[in-house]
Amino acid sequence: MPKFLMLARSDARAWEGLSAEEGQRIVQQYVDWSSRMRAAGRLAGSNKLKDGDGRVLAGNGSGVEVKDGPYSETKEVVGGYWLLEAADFDEAVKLAKDSPHLRFGTLEIRAIEEM
Amino acid sequence: MEPGIAGGVGELVDHLFRHSAGQMVATLTRMLGPQNLSLAEEVVQDALVRAIETWPHRGVPENPRGWLMQVARNRALDCLRRDATRARKAGVLAAEAVNAPAALAPMTSMAPMPPMALTTPANPLDPDASGADDTLVMILMCCHPALAREAQVALTLKTVGGFSVDEIARAFLLRPAAVAQRLVRAKRLLRERRIAFELPARGLGARIGSALETMYLMFNEGYAATAGDDLVRSDLCGEAVRLATILADHPATSLPEVHALLALMLFQASRLPARCDAEGALVLLADQDRRRWDRALIGRALGHLDRCAAGERATAYHLEAGIAACHAMAPSYAATDWAQILALYDDRLALAPSPVVVLNRAVALSMVQGPRAGIAALAEVADDPHLRGYYLLPATLADLWLRCGDRQTAAAHYRRALELPCSEPERRFLLRRLAACEPCS
Repeated sequence: MPKFLMLARSDARAWEGLSAEEGQRIVQQYVDWSSRMRAAGRLAGSNKLKDGDGRVLAGNGSGVEVKDGPYSETKEVVGGYWLLEAADFDEAVKLAKDSPHLRFGTLEIRAIEEM
Repeated sequence: MEPGIAGGVGELVDHLFRHSAGQMVATLTRMLGPQNLSLAEEVVQDALVRAIETWPHRGVPENPRGWLMQVARNRALDCLRRDATRARKAGVLAAEAVNAPAALAPMTSMAPMPPMALTTPANPLDPDASGADDTLVMILMCCHPALAREAQVALTLKTVGGFSVDEIARAFLLRPAAVAQRLVRAKRLLRERRIAFELPARGLGARIGSALETMYLMFNEGYAATAGDDLVRSDLCGEAVRLATILADHPATSLPEVHALLALMLFQASRLPARCDAEGALVLLADQDRRRWDRALIGRALGHLDRCAAGERATAYHLEAGIAACHAMAPSYAATDWAQILALYDDRLALAPSPVVVLNRAVALSMVQGPRAGIAALAEVADDPHLRGYYLLPATLADLWLRCGDRQTAAAHYRRALELPCSEPERRFLLRRLAACEPCS
């Protein structure tokens, strides 16, 4: 089945001032969503990316320039991803629309090129 | 291989974050010293945020509490290392970790330990281990008699209960800024007094008494509004029961009056499911569907009622638990042992006079001697300043007059009750009763 990479962007400040109870509710919503995806055989993997630990590399003719970043303090940085399996783009979008993440940030879906 | 999602725990235990937060703050406060209470709260909040960011991707770890404590502990170490003035305490924390007997229970492979993990006790938050003791000490610290009652309640809810400032503000209908200020002052006072983090060797009884009053206030605040619109207020009842259970379960604090208050609160809580009808109006004890009472809670209450009888003196909690037990055991409102309840109210009044108890006693009296006896008894507190603004006084009078057949006087009292502050379900109830008084036309 075709695979789709779902990049999760959010503002690190989305959790500021959150109560423990609200926090638990949010985690539960994500866990419920993943359980549904897994039960339907639609979830191939997921990872959280480490905060503030990126490097941007660029060739500049004579060598490679390495810069730190992007910083997680900046808005709309990719914080993690899910790898979905879906029949086509329409189904992938339909699955993503149910994700609780959309309350806290955006999702970008890219189809993985099949060889 | 593609990274998978950890199977782990699918369903989080109710209030896991709140209760873990409370236990972690207590344990860290013991390790770091009470002067670092705010730091403990900060790193615990950080740990919860880490969970919110990580668990959606990696799944819930097998030992969520252990995971949270590990992260909080590491954060605390980070902060202490950065802060030179706190460097000495870091040694204590590290030593405690190194001396611990065994490694943390293994996590699922999908939820790796955070970096810089220290060796930790087998289960740092096992209720059998120091966790329960820490929470108990924390409760007694938050209920220190040097603090005003309101400060005790707010501090207990915040540090032991894991409630946020906003939630406490909503529960007590206060502005968040006022709650925050109350907490800052309370913590400053604890710092200034250099209150040690330990079970007080002297004056433990007084500290327990203070803690019980705090829990009773917490419970009543939640109970009065349980039928209300905000769920956080009914959470107060559950929290008060949880805290009292911690005291009841610990040998150092398992006093008869602790069991008495716990029995009382459990009896009251057993009626919560029947206190509100489908339209969201309050349902009085007389009209409740007793099949909806929570039998499991009544069973627990009876167990604690048994244990509270071990004491030599009957406290107000004993007497009120006894009254609540009479209601719990009665097959119906009419078939309740009102003579026994009246006798308990008499004892309760003899112990300490209270206008609210006079009011409740008048209802029992009316069931034994008739509504006019109840009305006569209420004349005594008609002008009591403590009951001014208390809608239950005119509402009770209205009910007694209605039972006498005087609809007009009853209606007048219901109207007076409606002018006083009450919750939305209570207001709906009063309006309905008032409508029933109006002459049929």
